[in-house]
Amino acid sequence: MSFLENLGKFGLGFVSRLGVSFLFLVQALVGAVKSLTRFRLIVHQLYSVGVLTMLIILVSGLFVGMVLGLQGYYQLVNFSAESSLGMVVALFLVRELGPVLAALLFAGRAGSALTAEIGLMKTTKQLAAMEMMAVDPMIRVIGPRFVAGFIALPVLAAMLSGIGVLGGYLVGHGQFGVDPGVYWSSMQNGVDLVDDVLNGVIKSIVFGFIVTWVALFEGYYAVPTSEGVSRATTRTVVTSSLAILGGDYILTALMFGGL
Amino acid sequence: MTEVNIFENPIVEATDVHFSFDQRRIFDGLDLQIPRGKVTAIMGPSGCGKSTFLGLLGGRLPVSSGSIWFDGEAIPQKKNEALFLMRRKMGMLFQNSALLTDLSVFENVAFPLREQTDLPDELIRILVLLKLEMVGLRGARDLMPAELSGGMARRVALARAIALDPQMVMYDEPFVGLDPISMGVIVELIRKLNDALGLTSVVVTHDVPEGCSIADYVYLLDSGRVIGHGTPKDMLASTQPEIHQFMNGLPDGPVGYHYPAMDYLMDLRTQK
Repeated sequence: MSFLENLGKFGLGFVSRLGVSFLFLVQALVGAVKSLTRFRLIVHQLYSVGVLTMLIILVSGLFVGMVLGLQGYYQLVNFSAESSLGMVVALFLVRELGPVLAALLFAGRAGSALTAEIGLMKTTKQLAAMEMMAVDPMIRVIGPRFVAGFIALPVLAAMLSGIGVLGGYLVGHGQFGVDPGVYWSSMQNGVDLVDDVLNGVIKSIVFGFIVTWVALFEGYYAVPTSEGVSRATTRTVVTSSLAILGGDYILTALMFGGL
Repeated sequence: MTEVNIFENPIVEATDVHFSFDQRRIFDGLDLQIPRGKVTAIMGPSGCGKSTFLGLLGGRLPVSSGSIWFDGEAIPQKKNEALFLMRRKMGMLFQNSALLTDLSVFENVAFPLREQTDLPDELIRILVLLKLEMVGLRGARDLMPAELSGGMARRVALARAIALDPQMVMYDEPFVGLDPISMGVIVELIRKLNDALGLTSVVVTHDVPEGCSIADYVYLLDSGRVIGHGTPKDMLASTQPEIHQFMNGLPDGPVGYHYPAMDYLMDLRTQK
């Protein structure tokens, strides 16, 4: 009975939280639209969530591309197909690893920072102070961050894919002597603008939306204690990561068949 | 005679206010009036709902039943334009100052002006410097909140609270955690600003000496309602047990020392 009670309690809590998160999403979207005129605030947030996440994205992208170049070459050379290395590296990055890895890194770096920032603003009553000054935190705080997260992730994913392709080239050409012209032309021939690049961009837009929503929601509804903010930050990374990976399967199945 | 005069046109009128939070009853028929242009102290033991009352007054919390009127209008119970318009007539000083940590002292005070008005930067600068001069921190305008002492942060928050020239300023435990000098400064500022700017001040505090030194009128809350009210002099002289215990800081009395619990011996013998 206790197990059933706990299960029911968990189920009710989950549904209730889901409902609250959707209500929050509506308010946040309204706030985001209203904050579009606050150009300086959005630029400031783009710096915080975008520019400051660039380093980890670029370094990770380079290494991931190099590993792809390495692994790809070792497999392709068995079939004398090393000339397809550029295409393989690019497809892996543009279709999957670019959007997914960038989103996971974004959740870990920018998402957790957003949750901690909003949670601490709540804990230190900065949000309440804004409300008492007749300033709506949804427009002043949440909106610009939502817009910035939404814009930043697709750009970061594109950067990760770009630097990854370069990493694959460095390994393929520098280490194994793959001809540069062959590397780039196989990529050009094998990657389709709509099927591959556009679908990757759509994925990163969806992931940007999810990560920013989760991060802002968790921060805004964090229990206003140090432990509460800590838990909220952890939840942001865990929930976002699961949503990204689960969402990636659904999106991939929708885009490339399977559903 | 005095009471009749000061309550002729109260700025706040709370009638039969009930409020519960997480199934815990905080207010159970609260009735009080805040006289216009005066400093009113709301006192009571920790957890009696003093700060919650400010939440209700600012419209941050909705009342369960009853009504609170501010300046002749019922406080909206939903976050809407009417509530935000009403809040422009209020200022609030939070216990922890609640300064925006990413903005300098100057920008914190300028924040409500920038958000609520279309004033040019030159005029905002003059207004901010005026407010900072009032609290004695014009020279600290470029400091960040992390560089301020507790007393300075509270003075900056006070300058911010009066930036829009509100009709009423609410102070949530303004004396907590301050050294004697900073406390003296805040006490003097509350009184001086109230009189010089023609404000109404609502000071929530459990600090009896400081609260009584500046208040024109005192409300004492406990168990979800007003258990006594009057001038500081009347309250200090009261022989009513609950008021006497609180105003004189007696550890035991009608307000029990122990939190309600089962029998002590029984508790010790119980396995769980």
